[in-house]
Amino acid sequence: MTDFALTTFSSKGKLLQIEYALNAVAKGDTAIGIKAKNGVVLVVEKKQSSILIEESSVQKIALLTDNVAATYAGLGPDFRVLSQQARKLVKKYDLKYQEEIFVQTLSRELAEDVQIATQRGGIRPFGVSILIAGYDEEGPHLVQLDPSGAYYSWKATAIGKQAKNAKAFLEKRYNADMEIEDAINTALLTLKEGFEGQITPTNIEVGVIRDDHVFRILPPSQVKDYLEELE
Amino acid sequence: MSGIFEYNGGSIVGMKGKNCIAMACDRRFGQQMSTITTNYQKVFKIQDNILLALSGLNSDIHTFYALMEKEINLYNLKENRKMKPTTFANLVASSLYERRFGPFFVTPIVAGLENGKPILATYDSIGCKSDLDDFQVGGTGGNYIYGACEAFFKPDMSPEELEEVIGQSLVSGCDRDSLSGWGGVVYVLTEQKLTVKILKTKQT
Repeated sequence: MTDFALTTFSSKGKLLQIEYALNAVAKGDTAIGIKAKNGVVLVVEKKQSSILIEESSVQKIALLTDNVAATYAGLGPDFRVLSQQARKLVKKYDLKYQEEIFVQTLSRELAEDVQIATQRGGIRPFGVSILIAGYDEEGPHLVQLDPSGAYYSWKATAIGKQAKNAKAFLEKRYNADMEIEDAINTALLTLKEGFEGQITPTNIEVGVIRDDHVFRILPPSQVKDYLEELE
Repeated sequence: MSGIFEYNGGSIVGMKGKNCIAMACDRRFGQQMSTITTNYQKVFKIQDNILLALSGLNSDIHTFYALMEKEINLYNLKENRKMKPTTFANLVASSLYERRFGPFFVTPIVAGLENGKPILATYDSIGCKSDLDDFQVGGTGGNYIYGACEAFFKPDMSPEELEEVIGQSLVSGCDRDSLSGWGGVVYVLTEQKLTVKILKTKQT
């Protein structure tokens, strides 16, 4: 067990391990998030490498608590570990204060764990960028958390393979007066733009939270309806 | 030490009114039969809209108050916002339970105004929270104050009425308790202001 950090500075002042982690993210399946006036939507590609894989067993949007969920681009197992850590953070907060956690608070505390992996002995940075979507007392939130531990609040964003193109598309389509239904359509359109092959209700995952503070992952039947509307 | 909760003596009481809350405490700091000082503070302003009253072992009153101050200051800095009274009430409960097997010998009362609505919570020394009542008492004179409260209290009192009622209940109660008294302090909190009044009790 090494007790020195594996992530060290290059002479140019960069942390190459973090850059490489971001490369891993850039290779991952695209995920898009849009924050509307009255809700937040997450959509993510769920391309399977083989038709033999049981599609329903793969869940790319993880519920962190009733009013917050997250998805990712990058290494699936790293996301699994981080989302479990996030759930524990939520419960720790709940035990102490007995109130619904604020998205900013959760993001900040999770970011702490992500940053530690860039400065602790013997471990590597996490190979995922995470999109956290939630609705708390302060309103709807969309936060992106990077392997460096940096986190940013977004109105709309994309991560993964199609991030650049998707964000360009979103810049044109986004407006601050969007309602959640518009946001869902826009998110699906954006994902469809860069999608390789045919988009179906089972090769994507859609999650929505509205002002009732309850995050719901849409069943394929509902996703089918939204996709048909796009036509 | 028999009666560690009785060693220093002291009484506190909290009451809900119409869009206001009141807290009152005595001023005695004693060591069993001796009175050391008659100006000991037992009610603390945690935030503009939250008051914390503590009775029990004075050393723990001070320590627990300092701990709560620290928590709320860190919270304000980290979260960049004020703490809600109901959140603080829960924080007190979990902080007390954290010391389940080496507890703080205090019985706190938390009172506050959340969006104008009065909040009142009381606890045992290991954090069992009770927030269902309109008035609560604590300390060695608690039971005597209960009697006066039951007689004088009515729901939805104005700040002025509340100040009078809580003051009278405290004074009557402390007059009966040898370990409480030597003056009283009444705090009345409304959306606009916090008033503090010092009362005279029987000087014994």
